[in-house]
Amino acid sequence: MSTSRPPRSTGQLPPSSAAQAIVDTSFVPVRAKLLEVAAFLDRVERYGVADDFRCAALRQAAGLLVDGEPERARRILEALSDPTTAPEATSSGKAALGAWQPPVR
Amino acid sequence: MRYIEPHGHMVSRTTDDYQAMVAAGCAAVCEPAFWAGFDRSSADGFRDYFRQLTVYEPARASKFLLPHFCWLCLNPKESEDLGLAAAVLELIPEFLGKKNVLGIGEIGLNRNTRNELEVLERHIELAVRHDQLILVHTPHLEDKKKGTRLIVDVLRAHSGVKPGRVIIDHVEEHTIQSVLDQGFWAGITLYPDSKSSPPRAVDMLEVCGRERIWLNSACDWGVSDPLAVPKTAFEMRRRGHSAEFVDQVLYQNPVRFLSQCPKFVLGDAAHA
Ligand SMILES: [Zn+2]
Repeated sequence: MSTSRPPRSTGQLPPSSAAQAIVDTSFVPVRAKLLEVAAFLDRVERYGVADDFRCAALRQAAGLLVDGEPERARRILEALSDPTTAPEATSSGKAALGAWQPPVR
Repeated sequence: MRYIEPHGHMVSRTTDDYQAMVAAGCAAVCEPAFWAGFDRSSADGFRDYFRQLTVYEPARASKFLLPHFCWLCLNPKESEDLGLAAAVLELIPEFLGKKNVLGIGEIGLNRNTRNELEVLERHIELAVRHDQLILVHTPHLEDKKKGTRLIVDVLRAHSGVKPGRVIIDHVEEHTIQSVLDQGFWAGITLYPDSKSSPPRAVDMLEVCGRERIWLNSACDWGVSDPLAVPKTAFEMRRRGHSAEFVDQVLYQNPVRFLSQCPKFVLGDAAHA
């Protein structure tokens, strides 16, 4: 699984008449999601839990939104992923947490 | 519009869901074996579940004129207990001849452990030995990338596995291309809070192409939407994609993959 890949072609796109509609229909819902991120980061500071590894991972991943590089969704997913490759010796429980935390040695 | 729901845990859904799916154009539903939300205490618990998937749920679906197919396995969430896994693997063959069974699934990994990997390998061996299609679940959230890599490695290491007969499900932007590059099919799962949203799913189709990809809702007993697939058709049309594009991704693609199993036959109930 390569992590550095040139931007892929967009040969599957429909006619350009739909392009403006992408912004017209999606801007307000996406604006709302960005505000949720901002308010969440404010809230965890107010409650004194901003040091939780998941909050730190979220702040770091959010930086990828504005670095001017493409494939933001893929890169954010990779930033939040377990980078190790060996199978785990034991299960740490059934549910994943959403961000990777290095094991405590 | 017609579509296939290739991954729905219908034993967890209501008859209202069946009605809504059929009204939206669903022509068949396929149900992989799943974790019950708690660990089953014995192989007999699985025997009863497999009877539910092969006898009772298809009968319930048929009341809504919906063809129901299923996949059998012990889910990776229950793979830590190797003794239980061995007992369940032993009883699966007696159900493989049932007329709605499409193959082995959803097998895969949950927390990427050695035991899960061992049980995955045994399921793959079982599928190859019985010439079954394979449906693979990839792990959630931070475990997905590593788990997908481990799964792909195990599948490629088995000389009897034909990638075109394997679908690797729950791909996202960081795993889809590697799955397709290795010749496997890729499933995009539409979930409200995790996996993919309808807009992101259409983005992946635009970037990676529409070959060897299907969409599913993976609706189950958790937060999920049994109409997520037809809702994604709306997102495609809103962006200007053609009705033919929608039909290929939502209907023709899953039919092409699933028809590799001769038991996948859509009767008069399927929309023409
Ligand atoms: Zn599932």
